[in-house]
Amino acid sequence: MDVAKNKYSIIVPTYNERLNIALIVYLIFKHLRDVDFEIIVVDDGSPDGTQEVVKQLQNLYGEDRILLRPRAKKLGLGTAYIHGLKHASGNFVVIMDADLSHHPKYLPNFIKKQLETGASIVTGTRYVTGGGVHGWNLMRKLTSRGANVLAQTLLWPGVSDLTGSFRLYKKSVLEDVISCCVSKGYVFQMEMIVRASRKGYHIEEVPITFVDRVFGSSKLGGSEIVEYLKGLVYLMITT
Amino acid sequence: MKHVLKLLSLLVVISALWIGLLQASIIPQSHTWLLPIYFIVSLGCYGLLMVGVGLMRFPTCPEEALLLQQDIAEAKDFLKQKGVDVGSD
Repeated sequence: MDVAKNKYSIIVPTYNERLNIALIVYLIFKHLRDVDFEIIVVDDGSPDGTQEVVKQLQNLYGEDRILLRPRAKKLGLGTAYIHGLKHASGNFVVIMDADLSHHPKYLPNFIKKQLETGASIVTGTRYVTGGGVHGWNLMRKLTSRGANVLAQTLLWPGVSDLTGSFRLYKKSVLEDVISCCVSKGYVFQMEMIVRASRKGYHIEEVPITFVDRVFGSSKLGGSEIVEYLKGLVYLMITT
Repeated sequence: MKHVLKLLSLLVVISALWIGLLQASIIPQSHTWLLPIYFIVSLGCYGLLMVGVGLMRFPTCPEEALLLQQDIAEAKDFLKQKGVDVGSD
């Protein structure tokens, strides 16, 4: 693949991230100096003025590098990616969270891994050496580990981190996989990677560190666990 | 093939082996009847072991929180200079 011709479209769904979006844009530009990329901000009508900040960033970095493609209200992650995809002009698409739990400094690793291996998908994993999580207490780690072992046993997914949402896709692959996924929330991320694995796409992993800054406000309660189990059963039956 | 079907066919194969063992009587019948229980218990123990080991070896990165704070400070400085509103939310 001709390296000079690759363009990376980075889709960042936002809701009330007026500070984080500015920080993330700065860090992306800092770490991707010699790369052709664009950032597509899909904002779901944030009331905190996120879109105003994005417009200021556009003045600074250029409207060709930062695309603001908002929606009227909170419509969910899956549709946010689909919406962002429509405006993506790159041949690769990166999806990442806006709250700085995904650090842009790993973007060069994703790109390098893909170029080295020709993979269709490069997914970030928090659970291998070189990766890691900060900000989780013992209970949270236990739940995460238990959920992961269960998913590995039941689904044989071929990746170590199923619910992660820091990924690089070939654009055509993302379009293909996203069209068959119907779940919501983090089960959606699981469904994406499992379906891709079943379809035989070449998937590689890079270690990433995850600093959970919203821990405490994102509870893992009984209903989340039930959703997760339902998601596992759904994936077992339909993939 | 849907994944659940893969798992079911695996189960069928294992069951066939078990029935075969019952018929062939290589192992005393009393032991053979208990094999499924041993299998399930072993699976459970293996699962618990994997959870326990994984929990012990759970990779953490406390230094990353610090690095992130530094990155945030650097970003705020730069953006403030350039007129982007980085007041706290």
